[in-house]
Amino acid sequence: MARKTVNRGVRESLLAHREALRHLREILFANVVMAGEIPAPTGYERRITRFLSDRFTECGLDNISLDQAGNVAGVISGKTGRRNLLVAAHVDKIWAESEDHTVSVGVGVMSGRGLADNSLGVAVLATLPLILDELGIELDANLVLLGTTRSFGRGDLRGMRFFLENSAREIDSALCLEGIDLGRLSFSSLGMARGEIVVELTCPHNEETSNEAASGVIATLSEIIGAMLEINRRDCPDTRILIGSIESGSGYSVPPGRGLVRFEIRSLEADRVAAVEEELVQLIGRFSGREGAKVGIEIIARRSPGNLGIDHPLVREAAGILKILGVESRIEPSVSELAALLDRRIPSLTLGLTKGENRHSPEESILLDPIFDGLAQLVSMLEFMDRGDFSY
Amino acid sequence: MPGTDERIARWLETNTFHHSEFWDMQELVRAKHEAGLTISLCIPTLNEETTIGKEIIVFKSELMDRYPLIDEIAVIDSGSTDRTLEIAASYGADTYLSADILPEHGFKPGKGENLWKAIHQLRGDIICYVDADIKNIHAKFASALVAPLIYRPEIQYVKAFYDRPLAVSDEVRPSGGGRVTEILVRPLFSMFFPELTALIQPLSGEYAVRREVLERLPFPIGYGVETSHLIDLYQSSGLDAFAQTDLDKRVHRNQSTTDLGKMSFGILQSFLNRLKTYGMASDLPELHGLFRQFQAEGRRYEQVTREIFEEERPPMITLPEYRERHGR
Repeated sequence: MARKTVNRGVRESLLAHREALRHLREILFANVVMAGEIPAPTGYERRITRFLSDRFTECGLDNISLDQAGNVAGVISGKTGRRNLLVAAHVDKIWAESEDHTVSVGVGVMSGRGLADNSLGVAVLATLPLILDELGIELDANLVLLGTTRSFGRGDLRGMRFFLENSAREIDSALCLEGIDLGRLSFSSLGMARGEIVVELTCPHNEETSNEAASGVIATLSEIIGAMLEINRRDCPDTRILIGSIESGSGYSVPPGRGLVRFEIRSLEADRVAAVEEELVQLIGRFSGREGAKVGIEIIARRSPGNLGIDHPLVREAAGILKILGVESRIEPSVSELAALLDRRIPSLTLGLTKGENRHSPEESILLDPIFDGLAQLVSMLEFMDRGDFSY
Repeated sequence: MPGTDERIARWLETNTFHHSEFWDMQELVRAKHEAGLTISLCIPTLNEETTIGKEIIVFKSELMDRYPLIDEIAVIDSGSTDRTLEIAASYGADTYLSADILPEHGFKPGKGENLWKAIHQLRGDIICYVDADIKNIHAKFASALVAPLIYRPEIQYVKAFYDRPLAVSDEVRPSGGGRVTEILVRPLFSMFFPELTALIQPLSGEYAVRREVLERLPFPIGYGVETSHLIDLYQSSGLDAFAQTDLDKRVHRNQSTTDLGKMSFGILQSFLNRLKTYGMASDLPELHGLFRQFQAEGRRYEQVTREIFEEERPPMITLPEYRERHGR
C-alpha cells in the first residue's frame, strides 16, 4: 500500500513536470535552433561553448569557466552543497564547418545536421537552469552543467577525460544527455578500440607506374576488409569490427595512391577487444611486406568496458520513470562520455531526450513533443540523484 | 551649406549602426519602457513553410519571453497554399489572412498589400517588418532595427543592411547591395536623389518604422513599396529621418534573373510615378504596363509577357476605419 502511494506521488510529479515545462517551449526550441546552426566540428568548438557560456551567464550560474580542453562548465549551487551532481552534453558534431547547418522547423518536428547528436543535448543543458527554476526545484547538491569538447573520432572523449582528471569537485553521480533516442537506457559502456588502416603506394603514381601496382591500393584495401569481415564471421556476436568508412581515389580512371579504412572494434569484454586488435595488427603486418605499397595501422582511441549493472538504483529508477511516462525502455551500451565516467566508477547514465531519425545524415530530425517526456525524465532523475545515497 | 558628399559622410557617421552596438538587451528593454513605446513585429508571407517556424520561435523566445521588447508578433499572409499559417500559429504567432483585414477595401495580391494592412491590424507605435525567407534568423534582425528608434526620437525609419564592404586584395567592394539595387536603384538614386544612395541596401525587406510615418505613406502593393517609401519620406523629412543597421549576414533563397527583371519593372514603374508626383519628370509619356521577356527553344523565340501594374493603396490615415481603431 505504501509503495503504491509513493508511485502515485512520482507519477503525479512527473506528469506535472511534463506539462509545466511546456511554458518554456519557445525558449528551449530557440536554443535548439541556435545550437543547431553553430558549426562545431571536433576540435573547433569555441563558438558553441561561447553560446553555452552566454546562456549560463544569463541564467546567473556560479563559477562559469572554460577549461584548457575547451569544456564549458557552470554550477547551480545546492542548498547544502555537500554533494556534486553532473549533467553533461558533448558539444561537438560530426559535420564540417563548411556544411549547411540550417535548421528547419515544421509542425512538431525540426530537422538539420547534428540536431539529434547533439544540438538538442546542448540546448537542454543551456535551458536546464530555467527548467529547474520554472518547476521551483532547488537541489541540496551542487549541480554542475558541463558542455564537453572533443567527443568524436580522434577527439577520444578528451574533453570529459580532462574535466574528470582536473575538476576540483568530486562528482557523486552523473547524467549524459544525447538528443535521441528517448527510452534508451545506457548504463554500460562497451570496450572499444578505434583505428585507421592506411595503404599507400611507396612511389608516386606516374607514367612508369604500372596500373597493376597502382590498382594495388584498392586491391589491398579489399583484401584487408575481407579479412576483417572474416574475423567478424568467426568471432562471437558480442565482439564486432565495425567498418565506418573507406576513402580512396577521386575519379574514374586514375588509380589512387592512398586508401584509408576507419574501424572500431567493440566488445563487452576488454580482453576480446585487445585480442582482436592484436589479430588486426598481425594481419596488417603480413600486408606491409608487399612490394610497392606501405600498409599501416594506428589505434586512435580506446575505451574500457564498464557496467553499472541493471539492478543499480539509478538504472531501476530510470526504467521506472520511463514506464510511468509510457515510454518503452531499451538497454543500449554506450561508447561516448559515459565510458569515461564509468572508468572512474562514477554512477552514471546516458539518457535520450526525444525520438528522431536519420541520425548522422543531412536530414537528421527530432520530434518536438516527446522532448517534454525527456525533460520530465531528466528532472525526476536529478531529484532522485539528489535524494539518493548510492555508490557505483 | 555642405555638399552632398559631406552630408552623406556625416549621415554615415551618425546614422549608420552595427547591431553589436545594441548588445545590451536589458538596457534596450528599459529604454523602451521609459519611452512608453509598444512594438509590433510583422512578417508578410506567401508559402514560407520552410522558414517561418524558425523565425517565430527565435523572435518569440528572445524578444518576448527572455527580453520583453516586442509586444506582438503577427504573420500577415497573402493566401499561402502550404502550411505557413498552421506552422506560424503553432509556435505562437498571431496569424491573419490579408484578405480578412479591411475586407470592405478588397484584397490585392502583393507584399505591399500585407505591409499596408498590418498598419491597421497591429497595435504597436513602431512596426518592424521582417521577411519570412531568412535562413540564418537571429533576434538582432528585429532588435537592432528598433533600437535606433528607441534611443533616437528624431529617427523615423531604420533599414537593415548586410555584408559590409570588404577590402579584398587592395580593392574595395562597392557595397553589399543586391543585383537590382546595384544595377537599377542605385543608378536612379544617384541621378535623382543622390543622398539616398547612402542607404546601402534600400530594398532590404527588414526595416522598422514609426506608426506616425507609416500611416501617412501611400503603399504600392508590389515590388515598388520600399523604393516609394524612401522617396516619400526623404521628400518630406530629408535624410536625417533615416538610419541603417548592419546585420552582418543574411542567408536567403536566391531569385532567378527572370524574377529580378519583373521586380525591376515594378520598381521602375513606382520610381517614375514618384518623379511625376514630385514634378521631376512632367513630360513622361504614359507607361506601358506589359513586361516582355523572351525564351528560346532551338532557334524559335517566344515572347513571355506579364502585366505588372504597381497599384497603390492610399495613406492609412485617410481611412475612417483606421482612424476609429487607432484613435487618430
